Amino acid sequence: MPRRISEYIIESLIKFSGLLVIILVFLLFLFLLKDSLSLFGVYPLGKFLFGRSWLPISEPPRFGVIPLFLGSLYVTVGAIIICVPVGVASAMFIAEVAPKSLKLVLKSLVEILASIPSVVLGFIGIVWLGPALRNVLGLTTGMCGLTGSLLLAFMALPTIITIAEDALVSVPRSYKEAAFGLGATRWQTLWRIILPCASSGIIAGVMLGIGRVIGETMVAMMVTGNSPVIPKSILQPLRTLTATIAGEMGEAVSGSEHYFALFAVGLVLFVITFIINFIADAFLRRARK
Amino acid sequence: MDAQIKAALVCLVIIFVVGCGQTVDPNEPSGFVQIKGSDTIVNAVQKVSEEFMKDYPYVFVAVTGGGTGVGIASLISKTCDVASASREMKPKEIQIANQRGVFPKEFVVAHDGIAVIVNKDNPVNKLTIGDLHKIFTGKAANWKEFGGKNLRIVTLSREVSSGTHIYFKEEVIQLGKKDTSQEFSAQTLLLTSSQTIVEEVVTNEAAIGYLGMGYVSERIKALLLAKGEQFYPPDVENVIKKTYPLSRPLYFYTNGEPTGAAKLFIDFALSPKGQEQFRETGFVPVGATIAQKD
Repeated sequence: MPRRISEYIIESLIKFSGLLVIILVFLLFLFLLKDSLSLFGVYPLGKFLFGRSWLPISEPPRFGVIPLFLGSLYVTVGAIIICVPVGVASAMFIAEVAPKSLKLVLKSLVEILASIPSVVLGFIGIVWLGPALRNVLGLTTGMCGLTGSLLLAFMALPTIITIAEDALVSVPRSYKEAAFGLGATRWQTLWRIILPCASSGIIAGVMLGIGRVIGETMVAMMVTGNSPVIPKSILQPLRTLTATIAGEMGEAVSGSEHYFALFAVGLVLFVITFIINFIADAFLRRARK
Repeated sequence: MDAQIKAALVCLVIIFVVGCGQTVDPNEPSGFVQIKGSDTIVNAVQKVSEEFMKDYPYVFVAVTGGGTGVGIASLISKTCDVASASREMKPKEIQIANQRGVFPKEFVVAHDGIAVIVNKDNPVNKLTIGDLHKIFTGKAANWKEFGGKNLRIVTLSREVSSGTHIYFKEEVIQLGKKDTSQEFSAQTLLLTSSQTIVEEVVTNEAAIGYLGMGYVSERIKALLLAKGEQFYPPDVENVIKKTYPLSRPLYFYTNGEPTGAAKLFIDFALSPKGQEQFRETGFVPVGATIAQKD
């Protein structure tokens, strides 16, 4: 009897924790939605979504989200182009090629990489990477999208490597043995058998990495220059969604138009990351089947 | 078991009582003052409050920065006693404050000059406000136009939460609010702190930025500025004489006439001893004259 009771208590506690997370996410969404809707009462939704300039403290203010959205998009796409090939390749190396001793060292180094605070990376970007890029590429300023992309790619790497490596390792051993048995070389096996089998897990890792890049604030705010311009190239300064919220929230009087506009930006960001996580989840589920 | 818990409880109570047991002299003023706001003067206000607490040991003063906008927002939501500001409150902010039963009272506590800085290798030494206007609105894009090298100008500004940003916008971008439709060029980099602006100017030959004159150092070059014919450097003397074109007052705001500890603090800040602290941290005291300058 007491055993049943304790089991019941534990079961309900677990159920409660699970439900709590769902409720919290839902409440968060409602909270963002409520304050964003207050903006659309005084500022038309169309002008917010398709406006081409972000001038929050002008008279009258303009809250066009397009430059910020494109800023985030440029930085994120740049980061993906850099980190996906590097991340997947290192995962392949760690999972299949590296000797066991090196494997352990590499895995713990990747974990250390994940624990570097973003402020530190931002500082490196300001003092070293930005000026270096400016000199090498002959830019007008090193505070540009590419500096942000490089640092964010660096931040996303551990996520991608860890998850992709897990996916590669969990490919059944018999597949590999069958390939070798048919006379395939090591590279052929890795490229044609193991990689396709692990693709769902790898894509999930990539998506989670992208989620991290889009949501990252500190690095973006410190190194991308924060110009609210519609970017034509990744080599010019731009302003991301996250940096806008972080940079302006302190100043906005609660209850003002500007305040609600920042919540609306938050909602846009929330929707984007939600979609990305949803896709990642779908791939992860397929990987498990 | 019970005895142990009791003993632990007794210990806790003793620690608590002893910790709070600072006896207050009934003849001395006591209380708590929360100050929030401008990053420009946060160091100066911190220094004033340290001196203040030496004179009034039973009054505790807490100083936080965050930007002028943060201080004003928190005065309106009644979470601070004194808001420090590097710009005047906007009519819209006063209106929102009044709606919430807050009636801001303004005190000018010091003056500050805004220095326009460039890289030390930049041959340009002086600009007029008109030149600055052209540069920061994007109408002029190359240093060649001002006698410099053939380089694209990189303009640096603070974020919109900065009172300095708003002052610069009103005086230079909108030429003293004459044309409020003018904006910073969208190419302008909005950086998060005065120190970041310094770092970019130090490493980038094409950069131009602005900041409080307390931040001017050997590593960068502050330009001479002119509104009319004469050019003046950003220094205490020219800010006092009002010949340097970009200078502004720094403010304290309270909710209505200050009372109690907040009143003591503001009186202290405006006293010669308080003003001395502002001078030591690189600002110009209120009502200072050239003779007072050392």
